[in-house]
Amino acid sequence: MAATELMAPQKAPPAKRMPILKLLFGDMMSALLSLGAVGVIVSLLPAFRWAVTDAIWATDDPSVCRSGGACWAFIGAKLRFIMFGLYPPDQQWRPVVVMSLILLMILVSLTPALWGRKLALAWTGAVCAMLALMWGGFAGLPHVSTANWGGLPVTLLLALLSLGLGFPFAIFLALGRRSTLPIPRLLSIGLIETVRGLPLVGLLFVASILLPLLLPPGFDIDKLGRTLAALTIFSAAYLAEVIRGGLQAIPPGQKEAAKALGIPHWKAIQHIVLPQAIQKVIPPLTNTAIVMVKNTSLVMIVGVFDMLSAGRSAAMDPVWPAPYTEAYLFVGLIYFAICVGISYYARWLEIRVKAKDYR
Amino acid sequence: MFSTLLDNRHARSTALQVLLLVGFASLLYWLWSNTASNLAERGIRVGFDYLDRQANFPISEGILPYDPSDTFGWAYLVGLANTAAIAVLAIVASTIFGLLIALVRLANNPISSKMAGVFVGGVRNMPLIVQLLFWYALATTLLPSPRLAFNPISGIYLSLRGLYVPSLSLGPYGVALVLAFAAITMVLWCLMRGRSPLERKITLGGVLVAAIIFGTIVIEPSVSFPELKGFNFVGGMRLSPEFAALMVGLVIYTSVFISEVIRGGIEAVSRGQWEAGRALGLSERQTVFRIIIPQALRIIIPR
Repeated sequence: MAATELMAPQKAPPAKRMPILKLLFGDMMSALLSLGAVGVIVSLLPAFRWAVTDAIWATDDPSVCRSGGACWAFIGAKLRFIMFGLYPPDQQWRPVVVMSLILLMILVSLTPALWGRKLALAWTGAVCAMLALMWGGFAGLPHVSTANWGGLPVTLLLALLSLGLGFPFAIFLALGRRSTLPIPRLLSIGLIETVRGLPLVGLLFVASILLPLLLPPGFDIDKLGRTLAALTIFSAAYLAEVIRGGLQAIPPGQKEAAKALGIPHWKAIQHIVLPQAIQKVIPPLTNTAIVMVKNTSLVMIVGVFDMLSAGRSAAMDPVWPAPYTEAYLFVGLIYFAICVGISYYARWLEIRVKAKDYR
Repeated sequence: MFSTLLDNRHARSTALQVLLLVGFASLLYWLWSNTASNLAERGIRVGFDYLDRQANFPISEGILPYDPSDTFGWAYLVGLANTAAIAVLAIVASTIFGLLIALVRLANNPISSKMAGVFVGGVRNMPLIVQLLFWYALATTLLPSPRLAFNPISGIYLSLRGLYVPSLSLGPYGVALVLAFAAITMVLWCLMRGRSPLERKITLGGVLVAAIIFGTIVIEPSVSFPELKGFNFVGGMRLSPEFAALMVGLVIYTSVFISEVIRGGIEAVSRGQWEAGRALGLSERQTVFRIIIPQALRIIIPR
């Protein structure tokens, strides 16, 4: 306990307070920057007027929206469509339940103390339950084909599944790349570098056009599955590089100690090297998670109906005066909320990991 | 005998590798045979002979001349040239813009650094495609008509028709002549290395005078300004709304990431270096450009 107190990072001395005017206009540079900032704010005034003062916040009559301000009433009218896409309206409680389940599982797994085999099993169970609930076809629930899935649940499920399924592959690829044996190493390097060298859009096109050709006629994977396959391979390659970084940071002494104790090679990897490696790379892993959440927006290009495509087709409704800007802003804000959430969580975790390292 | 073979580490790893290789090869073979049979079944022809056929589709804009009657191969080249042009322009612009954002964010001024922070946070956490679509929607729906075009500096007009800027034409061989002149200048500059400052100044002056004479008399550059005539602009260079949206979106998105890399590099230079610069009586600018940025660059460039 005493050692913890000794090693705890010391608080910074209280910052010297500078008079505000001197801080803002003390020298040439500050004055210039302050004036520049004011200039930027002034130049943003028309945008502010468009988005707030001239905006129409609620109306049932789309023709009111032609006044020139932002048309937020459109978002209210189309919210269900942007969120759930073409999912049958009377069944939309199912995606709502799926999203609450995702939120619940995420809230449960925020505490690192709960991380472990049980949580992984719970996640597997929860994801299966979500997919079953979306799919339907049992207990009186009508079947909804993946062509009718849409909106936020698709975005979230694609991000979750591609990261979750990609992770085990990534571990094998990372271990293969660090292997002393030439063949696994070369195969892993080849796969990782090929996938990382391709843009995701290309990979998505390949998956959606070429995958039916690559598999025998009996195997029919629908569009969502093909997209998920491409996203999974992509995330596996990027996660593998992150995990490799963690593996490289583990001192070789750890493995040698395990060997000296007579622990078999694979057991040592599983129980000694990997847990430490993954703990070391939690911050970059969350970064990859953010990148993958953002990347799911690209599935729009191959015609998967995610939140972005839903927003886009909502804005195509001729009744409303083409509120594309508003639709994209709204969708962008949802992405923003998700990604900022992950990044704040990552920062919190990082501080925790650092505090742990001091001990 | 079998168990001794199993206990032999070398034999085990060899067996494992052979298994892996055979597995991978058979996977490839399986995929390939599936593809071959699928292609045969659907009657799809494979080959590169289509590259010589007529493309028959339009490409809306490009830096290379293109017509729907050109071949597929040329269409690919046109696309490739567009990609390269956009990439070069976006990289240059976003590096400059990113450096600016990073410096503003690191500055002591609370208002401007907070604003830069908000900007970085906002842009970083939204997908690029959403931003591109947003700028495209903005460029095609919310911009004013040509008659009411934004005119921030004379000669630059922004409207629904796109962005009009003054253009510089160099005549038939202008570009080649300018490139040749630049090459000669570079060779001269290399020859001047290690000479005295006076000799270098004389050379620089000579090159400048030569450039002015060469530019005005041999190339005869002509500048054309866009002007509103009737319903549209005449003259100048037009950047289509699509191009403008792509450039704006790409530059904003990339520059934010570049600014984070630069900020990380600058913050990684130890405080002592700043203090040492000040202790030596260097000005703030000298400290930044002579001490901090050269050290930060070593951290930034491999990223």
